[in-house]
Amino acid sequence: MLDPLLQPLPEGLYVPAGDFFIDPMLPVAQAVVTHAHGDHARPGSGRYQVAAAGIGLMRERLGVDSLIDGHAYGERFAMGAVTVSLHPSGHVLGAAQVRMEHAGRVVVVSGDYKREADPTCTPFEPVPCEVFVTESTFGLPVYRWPPMDQVIDELLAWWDDCARRQVPAVLFCYALGKAQRILAELVRRTDRTVHLHGAMLRLVQSYREAGVAMVPTEPVSDSAHGRDFAGELIMAPPSAAGSPWMKRFARASTGFASGWMQIRGNRRRRGYDRGFVVSDHADWPGLLRSIEESQATRVYVTHGEGATLIRYLRELGHDAVALKVLRESDDESGG
Amino acid sequence: MRRFAALYAELDRTTSTLAKREAIATYVDEAPPADAAWAAYVLGGGKLRRLAKSGELRQALAAATGYPDWLIEESYEQVGDLAETIALMLPAGNGKLSGVPLQTWMEERLPELGRLDSAARVEQLRAWWAALLPTQVFLLNKLMTGSLRVGVSRRLVVQAIAQWSGQPTDLIAHRMSGDWRPSADALNALGAPASADEHLADRPYPFFLASPLEHEADSLGDRAEWLAEWKWDGIRAQLMRRGDSVGLWSRGEERLDGRFPEIERAAFSLPAQAVLDGEVLAWDAVAGLPLVFTALQKRIGKLKPGPKLLADAPVRFMAYDVLEHEGVDLRERPLHERRALLARLLASTDATLMMSPPITRDSWSALAAQRESSRARQTEGLMLKRLDSPYRVGRKRGDWWKWKVDPHTLDAVLLYAQPGHGRRSGLFTDYSFGVWDGEALVSVAKAYSGLDDQEIGRLDRWIRAHTTERFGPVRAVDPVQVFELAFEAVQLSGRHKSGVAVRFPRILRWRTDKGIGDADKLDDLRRLASG
Repeated sequence: MLDPLLQPLPEGLYVPAGDFFIDPMLPVAQAVVTHAHGDHARPGSGRYQVAAAGIGLMRERLGVDSLIDGHAYGERFAMGAVTVSLHPSGHVLGAAQVRMEHAGRVVVVSGDYKREADPTCTPFEPVPCEVFVTESTFGLPVYRWPPMDQVIDELLAWWDDCARRQVPAVLFCYALGKAQRILAELVRRTDRTVHLHGAMLRLVQSYREAGVAMVPTEPVSDSAHGRDFAGELIMAPPSAAGSPWMKRFARASTGFASGWMQIRGNRRRRGYDRGFVVSDHADWPGLLRSIEESQATRVYVTHGEGATLIRYLRELGHDAVALKVLRESDDESGG
Repeated sequence: MRRFAALYAELDRTTSTLAKREAIATYVDEAPPADAAWAAYVLGGGKLRRLAKSGELRQALAAATGYPDWLIEESYEQVGDLAETIALMLPAGNGKLSGVPLQTWMEERLPELGRLDSAARVEQLRAWWAALLPTQVFLLNKLMTGSLRVGVSRRLVVQAIAQWSGQPTDLIAHRMSGDWRPSADALNALGAPASADEHLADRPYPFFLASPLEHEADSLGDRAEWLAEWKWDGIRAQLMRRGDSVGLWSRGEERLDGRFPEIERAAFSLPAQAVLDGEVLAWDAVAGLPLVFTALQKRIGKLKPGPKLLADAPVRFMAYDVLEHEGVDLRERPLHERRALLARLLASTDATLMMSPPITRDSWSALAAQRESSRARQTEGLMLKRLDSPYRVGRKRGDWWKWKVDPHTLDAVLLYAQPGHGRRSGLFTDYSFGVWDGEALVSVAKAYSGLDDQEIGRLDRWIRAHTTERFGPVRAVDPVQVFELAFEAVQLSGRHKSGVAVRFPRILRWRTDKGIGDADKLDDLRRLASG
């Protein structure tokens, strides 16, 4: 029997006592949205409750006409009989865990989260609860993220190497979150300009408006046709790989920034020259640590390698159960 | 190991063969010669005898991490490579052994590991892992358990050494063929200028390999300039007589000595210094045709075959070419000269040595008609060789073409799937397919290749969503998806549950247009096998 506060319906995760959905995939009356990735934030619902820190991104995603209420992290508000508050999850700008209090019980839906420092967003806050709902995108012990400094070192070395060889360096990464995190990490080391694919422009602008410092950026489309990008770093979403858009970067060296790049087979299969291990999701130690810190007596595990994590948690003595939430897979937050 | 790990990282992160060649040449130049020799050896596919069982590696990993066995298995299933799984799961090592040279690992430490008992070996592995960095752990595990698989071919290593030494690639290739033993001296000898009688050394010449014919045969021009032969389906080999000794080398440049005594005996009827290129075939002397391939398979694994096996599956050496005669390297001579000499030589040798006969149809269309009878002759099709061509090294396009017959096909239903390895790790890419035996689907073929990356991804997702049962890494799936498979031959087999053995099956296409009722019947395969 599932928790009375958590009811998976075709529209999304429904909270009966509050009559709202968390991250609904279909239009509903009342929605609480954890973060702005396309597989969590969908337009068409009546009213949205989101963290104030991400409201600019949400408007970008949900449409300027949508009714969106922004809440400071930790601010308590009522949704029916449920007291709701949003707490930072460290996933991307404005990403939130949803804390729900009802009839003396506390349930936390953590959404997507990570434990590593990220200059673009507020760090994950452990929220004590009775029931903790966790993601498990990287729910295997082979996923342990290297320090970001080390990854940025590798990235800069690759950029330098491309400059020496006079070829463009094209880095593929998700347009929301990953791209801005890398641009914000880079500004600590360099003031060189990075060229952006069109799909990233507005999102980067949104982050700038939210006060996130990043290296200077320039749209690729601003460059004259036939411009030589040798030695330049260009960032693009993975969907641009192999598209006609790539034609202007002759002989480019390509890289991909993703948690999946931890596995050599993935790197080789994807056919990128370089893989950089950067993820906005929790790694295995991050998942275990967050579950411990929640002090929850019951843990629900959504997507990813859920079965493995559940079995391991049970061996550690946790009451862990799968929570199947229908979510169309989306390239955006995939790793 | 530090320097070799850096080379490995450089090779791993580029797909450009040019960049790889540069990296290897630079490494060979800078590294101590003995280390460079071992690097060339392992990069070219050379292996140590397997020194630790995968079970022992798993045991050491469980001890080092405290993780349960099932979690290690599930992680391995995702990663697809045990050496890498270990490197990814271990706590970070302190790097104290990072400075131990590759040579020392290969010549001292790893061989010592092989001499320990199992428990001590597990302890030793843990101690090494704790003193290495993750990439070095990965490499050490690879060196112990198999090949490196870093997209470097033997040929590329040869080219890098040629670049480093300034000697021609063909010379390096010949020097590294056979059982080349790595050492500082061996590396220096590889790069030294050629001596006059060097080709007489006890090692095979690098094989010349044909490319598949992708256009119509008449695009090759004048039929009279080409030799046509059957494409025999056996073991490609070089037979070598050096005075009192005889060698038989497979295309993988492994010695086949002892397996085919009738061929070795027959080799003494050759001139004292001679090398032939040809095919080892199991032969039906009455029919004048090869026996089915399974007959030869029985011989391949058998050292010192007994009288019954020798009588049931006698072998012949079907010679294609002569590469050396009376100590003279003939590879630069035109093929027609070599073939004329071969015919003269074989006229007076033991009958076990046969000459692959030319097919004398004088037009391309007549030849194409002849090719249709390939299967009936137990051959795979035709070979077309330019009569004035030299015997080249490796797979060089232009002078030798293989013109295979179209494969058989069948429609079969996907029944089981298993995750792949290497580039396909973590994806379900190894499939088992079944056909109808009455009302039931019976597994008849396994296939690994033939889908593109997009289809593999799509099928992987489908498999995950339609798993009906799990047996370790293997998943049974709903019998829904139909695939068209190509295969070379089918034989009746008592060892297979289905009663048939399908040879070289691979996926031609995913038949989303077909339902499982359209899949083929086992009876038809049986008929094909006995027909």
